[in-house]
Amino acid sequence: MNTVKLVAVFAENKPGQAARITGILARANINIRCITMASSGAYGVMKLLVTEPDLACQSLKHEGFAATLMDVIAVEMADKPGALHAVADCLARNHVNVENTSGFVANRHAILVVEVQDVARACEVLQKQGMRVLSQKETLAI
Amino acid sequence: MFWDQKIETIDRVALERLQLERLRETVSRVADRVPFYRQKFAELGLKPGSIRSLADLRRLPFTTSADLRATYPAGLLAVPPDEVLRLHTSSGTTGKPKAIFFSRADVESAADLCARSFVMAGVTKKDVFQNMMTYGLFTGALMTHYGAEKVGCLVIPAGPGNSERQVLLMQDFRTTFVHLTPSYALYLADFMEKKGVKPRRDLALRKAFVGAEPYTEETRRKIEEGLGLDVYNSYGLSEMNGPGVAFECEQKQGMHLWEDHFVIEIIDPQTGEPAPEGKPGELVMTTLCREAMPLLRYRTRDITSVILEPCSCGRTHRRLRRITGRSDDMLIVRGVNIYPQQIERVLMATRGIGRNYLIRLEGLDEMTVYVELAEAGFDGQVEHLVKMQSQIAEKLRAEILVKPRIELVPPATLPVTEGKAKRVIDNRKL
Repeated sequence: MNTVKLVAVFAENKPGQAARITGILARANINIRCITMASSGAYGVMKLLVTEPDLACQSLKHEGFAATLMDVIAVEMADKPGALHAVADCLARNHVNVENTSGFVANRHAILVVEVQDVARACEVLQKQGMRVLSQKETLAI
Repeated sequence: MFWDQKIETIDRVALERLQLERLRETVSRVADRVPFYRQKFAELGLKPGSIRSLADLRRLPFTTSADLRATYPAGLLAVPPDEVLRLHTSSGTTGKPKAIFFSRADVESAADLCARSFVMAGVTKKDVFQNMMTYGLFTGALMTHYGAEKVGCLVIPAGPGNSERQVLLMQDFRTTFVHLTPSYALYLADFMEKKGVKPRRDLALRKAFVGAEPYTEETRRKIEEGLGLDVYNSYGLSEMNGPGVAFECEQKQGMHLWEDHFVIEIIDPQTGEPAPEGKPGELVMTTLCREAMPLLRYRTRDITSVILEPCSCGRTHRRLRRITGRSDDMLIVRGVNIYPQQIERVLMATRGIGRNYLIRLEGLDEMTVYVELAEAGFDGQVEHLVKMQSQIAEKLRAEILVKPRIELVPPATLPVTEGKAKRVIDNRKL
């Protein structure tokens, strides 16, 4: 089963927080490949796909942030119309509920980062459909 | 284990006889020597000789903290100034402090009560005592310092703060027991966790005497877990010597109040009438052995109740239940009486949040409770955080009948006080 680790950080919803977090990662020489932010009132959660998730998580905790690692899946898609639909359709037919999702395109590869309840099952149904579920190493190599 | 078995296990009849004898002596002495009380007695038409039973206690006037401020600095002194050995002041947050004087015998008995209290919890001369209360005008550190020396312990006068050094002292001198406030105990537990210090593995700590601020059973458990020791609830107030007034024995089931030194009442703080037996109310205390500054029926403002059943440890001095609040701390929000400790109790029983909290009141009775997210409570899902907020708000509504707004803040961002914690900010414009 191929999974990818995301770093999730809790932060107050106020100016300077994103700069503090990214500053900590910059100093640790960690590259950020993908980022999402979700805010809810006075706080927010930032999720990052980074080159060294364990080190990133440790560095953030060391600076007093509540941070955690999440297992998600990264699916490679063709960079063309209907590709995302194919993934969504496969998950739908297998009753896999999709939580927070983001995506990025790099070097002509389109990558979908998906949070699901049951990572193993999502992985299995996508692979059965012939889709490419990337490992951490493969995702970061793109 | 006993420090003074005879007096600690004295039978109730003899104890009450001793109390009455000492009360009558105290009343006649203040009538002779303290103009403040002489005048109060005159106003009430009370003759000192008319106190014939402990039930007559109710005929005596109350003494309040306002009286102590009004007679500041030395209006309640009952001995010539050169008989005074020590001055302490009580932590007044506003206005004048309260000055408390001790004669040589008063310092001696305060230390003796602390020694009794320590030995009652199993302390022996082999123990090493790291005292993390504030040394200085506050009674908290000095009186327990003297008490532990009396027992024969090695005493390390560390004072509060500088957690790095506290841990170093604990490691290097194999500290076995400590005395500190609950808020600093929680802070220290957090600190050790962050530094990778495992108290049960790395330290020799066995006991903590925790007091000076009200706290809950849940907080006791958190401190016990975090510092790897037994927590003994400890009650004292500067007006009554400081610590050593009522401490817990090894049963940890309520605090034995030393009734040979103090006679107590539990009253309804509104009416001043006695609360029903065993029911909660304001603790009122009269000193029985004080030379320099005897106080009659002192209104402590602390809310507690008396445990009526005898204790299995054999001591006959009755026990007080944990202080549940101060009648001064009570907040009135939307017409409801709320003690910050009620909020604390709910928060401490909730998973996923830290130990520190802050209550802010604004506008017209808008209540916000700030709680720190604990690392263990964060799984990266915003939805779970939102759910946790609404669950806390709902639990609080069930406890205090007011539904506050809950704000989650990052770990260790709320102000930490190493002395008495300030938990409430009231900016209401009412």
